[in-house]
Amino acid sequence: MYYDPFVLPFSIGLNVLLIYLVIKYIRWIRTFSPKDRRTIRRNIFSLKTLKAGKEVFLESLVHHKIFRTNPFLGYMHMCFGLGWFLLIVVGKIESLVYHTSIFNPPYFAIFFRYFHPAQETFPYCNTFAFLMDLILLMILSGLTLALLKRLYSRALGLKKTTKHRPFDLLILTVLWLIFPFRFLAESFTSGVRGGGSFLTHSAGNFFDSFLPIESLAYPAWWAYSIALGLFFLLLPFSRYMHIPTEMVYIFLKNWGIKQGKRFTAISQFQLYACSRCGICIDRCQLGSSLGQLDTQPVYFLKKIRHGKDHSVQDLNCLMCGRCEAACPVDLKLNALRLTQRPDYTRITRSTFEYIPTPSPARNKVAYFAGCMGHLTPSVIQAMERIFQKAGVDYTFIDREKGICCGRPMMLAGNHRAASVLVEKNKASIQQSGADILVTSCPICYKTFREEYHLDIQVMHHTEYLDLLIRNKQLIPHPSDQKTVFHNPCELGRGCDVYAAPAHVLQAVSQRIATAYDDKNSLCCGGSLANLYIRPEQRTQISSDALHAYLAYHPDVLVTACPLCKKTFTKTENAVPVKDIAEMVAENC
Amino acid sequence: MNFWGFSISEARVIDYDKNDKTLAQIMATEVPSSKLCIGCGGCTATCSAGNLTEFNIRKLQMLAKRGENKELQTQLHKCMLCGKCLLVCPRGVDTRRMIWSMLRFINS
Amino acid sequence: MSVIIIGAGPAGCEAAYRLARSGESVELIEKEAEIGGNLNNWYQLFPDRKQAADLKAKLRKNIEHPQIHLHLKSKPVAFSRQGDGTIQLTLDDGALITGKALLVASGFRTFDAHRKEEYGYGIYENVITSVELENAFINHQINTSTGHAPKRIGLIHCVGSRDEKICRLYCSKLCCVTAVKQAIELREMLPEAEILCFYMDMRMFGPGYEEMYREAQEKYNIKFVRGRLSEASEDREKRLIIKVEDTLVGKPLKMTLDLMVLMVGMEPAEGNDQLISMLNLQTAPNGFIQVSDPHSGTNCTHQKGIFVTGCSSSPMNLTDTLTDARSAAVTISEYLNS
Repeated sequence: MYYDPFVLPFSIGLNVLLIYLVIKYIRWIRTFSPKDRRTIRRNIFSLKTLKAGKEVFLESLVHHKIFRTNPFLGYMHMCFGLGWFLLIVVGKIESLVYHTSIFNPPYFAIFFRYFHPAQETFPYCNTFAFLMDLILLMILSGLTLALLKRLYSRALGLKKTTKHRPFDLLILTVLWLIFPFRFLAESFTSGVRGGGSFLTHSAGNFFDSFLPIESLAYPAWWAYSIALGLFFLLLPFSRYMHIPTEMVYIFLKNWGIKQGKRFTAISQFQLYACSRCGICIDRCQLGSSLGQLDTQPVYFLKKIRHGKDHSVQDLNCLMCGRCEAACPVDLKLNALRLTQRPDYTRITRSTFEYIPTPSPARNKVAYFAGCMGHLTPSVIQAMERIFQKAGVDYTFIDREKGICCGRPMMLAGNHRAASVLVEKNKASIQQSGADILVTSCPICYKTFREEYHLDIQVMHHTEYLDLLIRNKQLIPHPSDQKTVFHNPCELGRGCDVYAAPAHVLQAVSQRIATAYDDKNSLCCGGSLANLYIRPEQRTQISSDALHAYLAYHPDVLVTACPLCKKTFTKTENAVPVKDIAEMVAENC
Repeated sequence: MNFWGFSISEARVIDYDKNDKTLAQIMATEVPSSKLCIGCGGCTATCSAGNLTEFNIRKLQMLAKRGENKELQTQLHKCMLCGKCLLVCPRGVDTRRMIWSMLRFINS
Repeated sequence: MSVIIIGAGPAGCEAAYRLARSGESVELIEKEAEIGGNLNNWYQLFPDRKQAADLKAKLRKNIEHPQIHLHLKSKPVAFSRQGDGTIQLTLDDGALITGKALLVASGFRTFDAHRKEEYGYGIYENVITSVELENAFINHQINTSTGHAPKRIGLIHCVGSRDEKICRLYCSKLCCVTAVKQAIELREMLPEAEILCFYMDMRMFGPGYEEMYREAQEKYNIKFVRGRLSEASEDREKRLIIKVEDTLVGKPLKMTLDLMVLMVGMEPAEGNDQLISMLNLQTAPNGFIQVSDPHSGTNCTHQKGIFVTGCSSSPMNLTDTLTDARSAAVTISEYLNS
């Protein structure tokens, strides 16, 4: 029997952690709604589980999303994630090859070098020793980068790194000590008894030249075990809860559990799955334009988790989705934020009775300009011209007496009132008898798609213009105008519409590629979701975003949202801001 | 109001001394830009709700500032929070946030 | 050595004439082919309804003074100072002008009404600006796009002024009185038409202005509605449907207009920012040129020897502009003699 008292700290830590996690997760899973539980049961034995497994490998171990944001940071996280994982797996295989029984205790593989007499060979023992040293080297290199990141966060491409609590710093130190201790313990043992490979063996010989390694080896193993055990015991109370929780979250997500309007068990999983990597900090324009560095998702989720007051953070979010698009854990950050905005309205049946019963003319195509659309008549005019040119007969649902789509109400948390508006609008859309509903407003578009459950095709006008051009109902002439496209938050990141505006703009202009294309588009500052910042702060965000786009010297800044257009024309008029529909109407 | 055949007429003046100005104070601190209003009526003119029913946001917030909160209780819920008023206000009042704050107050 | 004046609008011409009369030699630089600046776009002046052309003729006659050298179609492109403080200005035609003092009288430009998209300028045919209306007065012809005499006309105050939505917080001062003047002129041309002014505040501060306002109401039957236009749309007959709140009644008001006139405000002149950076001046919060003191240094800038007059430093009506030009002439004379 291989045993030594120094394995106790590790073994106790690991067992306590496992019991804690199992209890915690089961308690959360038990609060899933019957519907969610049915969804899990339906999908647990399907390909989705395999897909989730692959995602766990790519996200939790390789961290490929962080790689995309920043290769240095990606490598650092991969060293820890994948490195540690390989150390455990390869170590386990090594111990199994050496020790024929499958039932060796978990600590045996972890402290293999201690228990294994070096002179005793087994199949591929040198290869294993080499591999284990290589993996350890990889982790240590990641550790060096992590240290550098603390010291020089800018050099690694992070403008701002997450501010942590003292407790987080304690466990961080413990984590960082684990691998140096392992390195020392293995090196000392190798120096005394031989074994190891290029790293630990050479280091052992080196230390031997000036250190009493014989008497240091055993305490080093103790230190290694204590560091491991302590890390496991502290983990549930630290941000490292994200390591196990993220994996469970990935499975739940793949099985089809969605973040709804309320804070539920899936929200709990997400709360704990946040690794506090801080990628969201640099993406947030409230930080870059206004210097507000306490409202980003990393801090918002932290405040909820630790029961701190987050009333300001609940409201102070543009919900532009820039953070969500970059979140390596794929947390539903906008939806999570919305769960914290309570529905306080007390509406009665009569509250919205004033909204008239609609009776729009019946037609195959219905057009909805949206509230804001009426403040940008050039967009409406352009759409009218386009319909005419393409020979499309249409009905204009909200030409007069239009009402709100309900999304602004939802963004304020008032879902009950919003649902009434949804019903009212839905009735008028259905009355029109249309097959296609075209809207100029991305805010309306998102709501129509997600909340209205219409059985007709819903299109934003960018998509509709793309369709008309592809069907040759519109023949655009490409102009020489250089354009930069600002993809509105609700259209791009909100509804995943990227290809249509690109096709359309290509057909009518010379589009300049920018660093703010597609998922990286900026928020114009007009956001209806932010209920906290002051008007002059909005102007600041809008002015900064505008200048970021104008740095590419376009002849026209093109967008596809009345609100963005109005916001961008607020500060300056050096370069015209136009809607994509205007560009098409002018060039066909 | 009608009490057994006797009717009590509503006060014809704003009794500023007696009125409860808690909401007015909350508005002033939570939404400082609300103090900028000059009553031009741009918000009411553009208002989706105000064009369909008796709902005058300019008047309601003015009343609230004087401590006349009664009309607010029956009217304010008609707002659809669409934010159009925010886009036309020439004084830069955060009208939508102002309404949201008033709504929260009357419902709590 | 002479005094250099940038801009030959009313302020530049008046200051040039006063300086010349006190014995200074003046280099007057004007970017256009003609003197007069924004005065060229006006028909009649308030409050006395004098012809703008008459005032311009007088200004032109004044600057025929032998001490004034007028450089038309010229723009300053470079500025430098010699050791003794002498100012050197290079013009775009390569000419080098030197002077002991420099007076900026670059004036203003009118607000680009396209920026208030919801008002429909450039989108709806029957939306025009107050400047276009002046031009229509000069041509004695007021018609809608469909060729009819307008039956109902609305004049919209504060377009491009007092508006946070376009970052123009200041009052342009002359739009209210211009609206009243133009309403009266419209009435004289169209006795049958209904003419309405939509205002936020009536700022009738100058001598005779308030009286003109009373006259507009009583004698000329101009209607005044206190409410700011939020948006306009167009019907099939190309008429405009406007939305305002009639705030004194407390109800939203919908109205059809045959013609809508936007009373455009004042903005710093084109090239104002470049001029400020070339001369190393300071920009005031409203975007115009910052004067050194709002009471005692209204014509002085933060640069020694560089002065400012007229609408370069803030919106002014014509009366104040001419007064300010004379004040600048006195200030410069004092500077040169000290």
